[in-house]
This record gives sequence, structure tokens and C-alpha cells, in this order.
Amino acid sequence: MTASIHALKQTAERVGDDMIINMGPSHPATHGTVKFVLTLDGETIRDMDITIGYLHRGFEKMAEAGTWQQVLPYTDRLNYVSPLINNVGYVGAVEKLWGIEITPRCKYIRTLACEISRITDHLTSLGAGALELGGFAPFLFGVQAREVLYPIVEELTGARLTTSYTRIGGLRHDLPEGFGELVESGLCKVEDLCTKVDQLLTRNRIFYDRMIGTGVLSQKDAISSGCTGIMLRCTGVDWDLRKHQPYLAYDELDFDVIVGQAGDNYDRYLCRMEEVRQSIKMIRQLLKQMPGGPVNVKDWNVVLPPKHDVYNSIEGMIAHFKLVTDGHQVPAGEAYYPIEGGNGEVGFYIVSQGNGRPYRIHVRPPCFYAMGILKKLCVNHMLADIIPTFDTLNMIGGEVDR
Amino acid sequence: MHLTGNPVLDVILFTLLKLVGFVFVFVMGMATVLTWVERKFSAFMQNRIGPNRANIGNIRLGGLLHMIADPIKMLTKEAFTPNTPNPWLFRLAPFMAFVPALVVFATIPFGPGDLQVAPLNVGILFIFAIGSLNVYGAVLGAWASNNKWSLMGGLRISAQMISYEVAVGLSLCGIFMIYGSVDLQQIVIGQDGTWFGIVPKWGIFAQPVAFVLYLACAIAENKRAPFDVAEAESELVAGFWTEYSSMGFALLALSEFIEVVLIGCLGATLFLGGWQIPWLVEGTGVLAGKMYLFGNLVPHLQAHAWYLVVAQVAAFLIKAIVLIWLQLTIRWTLPRFRYDQVMRLGWRIMLPTALVNLVVTGIALMFYERF
Repeated sequence: MTASIHALKQTAERVGDDMIINMGPSHPATHGTVKFVLTLDGETIRDMDITIGYLHRGFEKMAEAGTWQQVLPYTDRLNYVSPLINNVGYVGAVEKLWGIEITPRCKYIRTLACEISRITDHLTSLGAGALELGGFAPFLFGVQAREVLYPIVEELTGARLTTSYTRIGGLRHDLPEGFGELVESGLCKVEDLCTKVDQLLTRNRIFYDRMIGTGVLSQKDAISSGCTGIMLRCTGVDWDLRKHQPYLAYDELDFDVIVGQAGDNYDRYLCRMEEVRQSIKMIRQLLKQMPGGPVNVKDWNVVLPPKHDVYNSIEGMIAHFKLVTDGHQVPAGEAYYPIEGGNGEVGFYIVSQGNGRPYRIHVRPPCFYAMGILKKLCVNHMLADIIPTFDTLNMIGGEVDR
Repeated sequence: MHLTGNPVLDVILFTLLKLVGFVFVFVMGMATVLTWVERKFSAFMQNRIGPNRANIGNIRLGGLLHMIADPIKMLTKEAFTPNTPNPWLFRLAPFMAFVPALVVFATIPFGPGDLQVAPLNVGILFIFAIGSLNVYGAVLGAWASNNKWSLMGGLRISAQMISYEVAVGLSLCGIFMIYGSVDLQQIVIGQDGTWFGIVPKWGIFAQPVAFVLYLACAIAENKRAPFDVAEAESELVAGFWTEYSSMGFALLALSEFIEVVLIGCLGATLFLGGWQIPWLVEGTGVLAGKMYLFGNLVPHLQAHAWYLVVAQVAAFLIKAIVLIWLQLTIRWTLPRFRYDQVMRLGWRIMLPTALVNLVVTGIALMFYERF
């Protein structure tokens, strides 16, 4: 009886039916390609069905078909705004399983590549977020800053997006000449443009009102859903793999972990903004402390021999031939190697059977776990709140759908 | 004004001349140029180049030819009609938005004396009456599109435009009280002269709060950023004009630009002294109502008249253009409100502020008249 009265009350309060509407996959806000099936009561979201998978390429299955080295170009396409981090993460996993200790210079260059990529990642997220809230100018300033960094990435790797820079046991090649000055001049421009974005957005009342108190994520939910990176730190959890499980050269760098308080969109925005500055600081330190020496380990079972040796010595020739045709003879076993990506913990879980090809590769994409909690952040809020929430969550389709 | 010698024909011809000169050449021209200016100006603000590809041979004029290229493109596109039970409403809607936007210019005085297409004594009321028909265009278009995103845009726009209509009306009441008229020509004449010989007696100095309110509410009524929740491209795809293509889209877009010009012209008339040139030409107000174009003038000003009139019309147009520029700057600087924030701003901040402004103006006028 009480139940039916309750139901009656509910129907009396609600005027009219809910509207079910498809948001995406070809909606301007659902970039990265995702579909939300929304149940709307007026402008309020009552239910939200999130469909991912529109960008599924079968990365994990494809990886099983090639040699260990042939997987690397696929990792470029995982998080396509910070491909270098994926490159570093993947080879890191292989090296961990194999027990290879890379050279100090290689460590530094990889760290440098990661931090440049982190800036491009954050700038994209900040800019796109501003754009979707109607701020076209901050978006273009963000993209302009990214365009300052992409030529630097191109100088380093030969490509803007499909970097494939790392190699198992080392790198494709050493830093180009004059790279330090190039990076330094680029960083000045990035700082300048970041200040512009900051001035246009941070204290802007309209922007503030859109961001503050929307998409609030509680600490408990963030932890229980497996959120990492900014999604976790914005709730006040002090957890950054670079600080708390140092890898590469991070334990030799002086930087702060940026932690939020409220867990809302505004905190996530501020965290991103500040992390860009921290990354700039780190890049300066890295360039200053950059050690000399080789970038590749001296082991022809791991790294391709120099061309001179390939053409002039039988050992070199055989080593090259074996590495290219048979692949890296990674010992049987399994390893998980997590690093801090642009959006959180990017982890590669690899299984080897010792036959030169990966038996199984699994990627832990940070956005995937954040997408799991997205519904909770949006339901019972307004339709317009999806936009900043989805933006600060920064879903990258290539990473989530693999 | 002697054009043909026949007084009736003269009036008709003169009115047509004004209509063509002001509404079709300035307003439509300005709206068309705005389609290019908006893109070029935003490009300038954002360190990009902007449109520069349209060309005839090697002539590009910095992209100005896009003004010609765009209509040609629009005209040759398919005029798509969605599967809707009301195709006629769907086709009618762009006209419902376009025609009222143009008609309201009739009462704007763009120069002294007779330089006003229709010298109506209800002036501003006419603008409100016709201007508010605009909302039907957007709402009918949204409704007839048979698209959920359009429908939501239509709902947002109807609520927003009606809310801000109240605030914009109240914000202007102070101006009517000060100048004692709703006839726009009379208001402009009232803004003649200076206070203390320095500050022009413009509406913006008499009613600074009202000016800010007017500009904000007018932009909100015109549903442009930061109030563009009805067409918020990231939320509602394109809001009420999602389904429009070809010239239907062009008319809706153009009517938005015409309203930008209207906000500029009306703002210049009410707050920036209309065609008055401050400091330079004192006491021109006495000429009002007398036709003194081309020699039929008040005697002592005869020698100066023609260039005086030209200068005054130019002053008006420059003021309007300044306000149009201001709107573009706002458009490309600020992010977008959320729908409920727009409504809250309208009802809880704009409306009470306008009311307080009205009361303060009333009290001030009472003291001013009594002492």
C-alpha cells in the first residue's frame, strides 16, 4: 500500500514522459566517438547509457601477430595526443620482463619525451574543454601552444603523431643537435600561451560557474572505480606514479604532485593547468641534468647492431638478421609495467612464451575506468553539464577502445 | 524635398530612397559584411588567418569575396526538408525570423529631421512589438524540424527570449523617463548638448547601468554567445537550426547578423546620442522636424547644411559600428552560459537591477525637477 502511494506521488510530481535521445556517436561533444543514450526529464538527465567501442581496432589481438618490435607502431595510436608516453610504456614493459637495464641518457630522453607529450595531452584537453563551453579563443591558444611542441616532437622522432620513437633497450636515435635550445625557445612560447589561456578562463565568471560544482567525483568513488591520474588527484588523493612509484628519471627530478580538493570540473581544470607548468619545470631540469653516453644498451640480442657492423662483420650481420626475422627473444613469463600517462595510469601487461612474439598484451587505459564512473557524475544533473564533465575526463577513443 | 514637383510622389520617392539607402544598403550591407567580418575578426583575435580563399582570378581582397561566394554556395545547395508533419511551417520559419528583423529598422533615425524611414511617434514600442515576433521564427523552425535537438533548442530560446524581453524593456524605461518620449527622433534630439561643456548629454552618461543592461539583454535576445544556449553547438548540435540547410539556414544566420546591426543602431540611438556630433555642432536639435536637405533649409544654417547632414549620418553609422564591434568582441571572448544560469541571470540579476535603476532614475528626476 505504501509503495503504491509512493508511486502515485512520483507520477503526480512528474509531468509528461521522459525523452530518450541519442547523444552521439556523431554529436559534436562526443568526440573520441562515444554514444550516450540519455533519458531526459526536461533538461535533467535521469538515465545515461554509455556505449564505447566505436574506435575498436583490435590492438591487443593485432599485437599477437607481430614480433615484439612490430607492436610499437600500434602503441602510437592508443592515446593519440601523447603517443610518446605509450611508446615508453610498452618498451618499459618488455624491458621489465627481460630484465634489461637501460642507459642513464636513455632514461632521461624517455622522461623528456614523456613530459613533452604530457603537455600536448593536457593542452588538448584544456583547449577542447574551453571550446565546447564556447570559448573559441582559449582553444586556439591551446592548439597553438601544441603546435609549438609538435615540431619539437617531429625534430626528435621524425613524426608528429606516429612517433614510434622508442626501441626495446634504447631509442630510435639520440637527441638531434641543438635540441636543448629548440625546446627552451618552445617552452617560453608555451608558457606565454598558457598564461593567455589562464587569463581568459580561470577567473572568468561564466567559465567558473560552468565548472565549479559540476561533475563532482567523491574520493571513495574515484578509488573504487579505479580512476587514476587527474581524475583521482582532483578528489584530494595524493597519488602520482611519477612520485610514488618512480620510474625512469623521475626520482631525480624536483616537482610537485598537484592535488585538488573538491573533485569537480574546476579542480580538474586547475590540476591540468598546473601540471603543464610542472612538466615545463621538469623539462628544464631534464635538459640541464642530461647525462652523456650511449642511448642504447650494448647487447646485440636486444638492440640492432650499428649499420657499420651489419655490413662489415659476420656477427653483426647475424645479429641483425636474427632480430629482424625471429624477433626479440623475450624470456617466457609475464610483466606489468605502469607509467603515468596524460590521463592516469597507462599500464602494459604482457605475457611471453619465449618465441619472439607476444603471447598476450593487455593495455590498462586510464580513461576506460573513468568512463565507468561518468554516468554517476552526470545523472541528475543538467544536459549541459555533460560537456565540461566529459571534457575534463578527457576520454581518448584510441585508448579506451583499443 | 523637390524630386518631381508632385508632393505625394515626392514623399513616396523620398521614403523609398531612405528605405533603400538605409535598410538595404547599410543594414543588409552591414549584415552581409558581418558574415565576413565575424570570421576575419575572430581570426585576428585568435592568431589565425581566417577566410582568404575566395577569389576571382587573382583578386582576393583579403577574403572579402567570401561575401559573394557564400550566397552562391547557399543558393546551389539542396534545400533539405526533414520528414516533418509541418513542412510549411518549416519553410516559413526563416522568414518569420528574417522579416521582423528588417522591419524594425523603419523607426531608427539615422540622421536629423526626416532621415528616418517611418517617423512613428511610438518608436521604440514598435521595435519591441515587431522585434518580439522574431521568437516565432526560431520556435516554429525548431518545432517543425521534428528533431529532438531542435525541439530542445526551441524550448530554450522561447524561454530565454521572453525573459530577456522583459529585462530589456525595463532597462530602457529610464531613458524614456529622462527624455520624456518613446519617439526615437525625440530621444536623439534630447541628447543634444553637453553637461558642464564637456560631457555630452548622451544616454550612456545619464543611464550607465541601463546601457550595460541593454547590451547584455539585447545580446541575450539575439541568442549570440555568451547567451547562445539555443544553438549551443557542443550541447544541441546546432539547436533550433540543426535541420536547416541552403537559404533557410542563410536567412536564419543573416537575421542574426541583422539583429547585431539592430542592437548597434538602437544602442547608438538611445545611448550614444544617435546622429548628434558632440561639442562640434551645438543646438542642431532645433532643426528637427524641418526638411532641410538639398537647400530647403533654416536660413542661417543653409550654407553648412549638406555636409552637416552627411557628417551627422556618418556619426550615427560610426557609433553603430562601434557597438557592433563591441558585440563581436564579446562574442569571441566569453564562453557560454548554462541554460539555467542564463535564466537565473535574467530574472534574478538583470530584472531587479533594471527595476532598481528605474526607481533611482525616478527619484533623481523628481528631485531634479523640484529643486
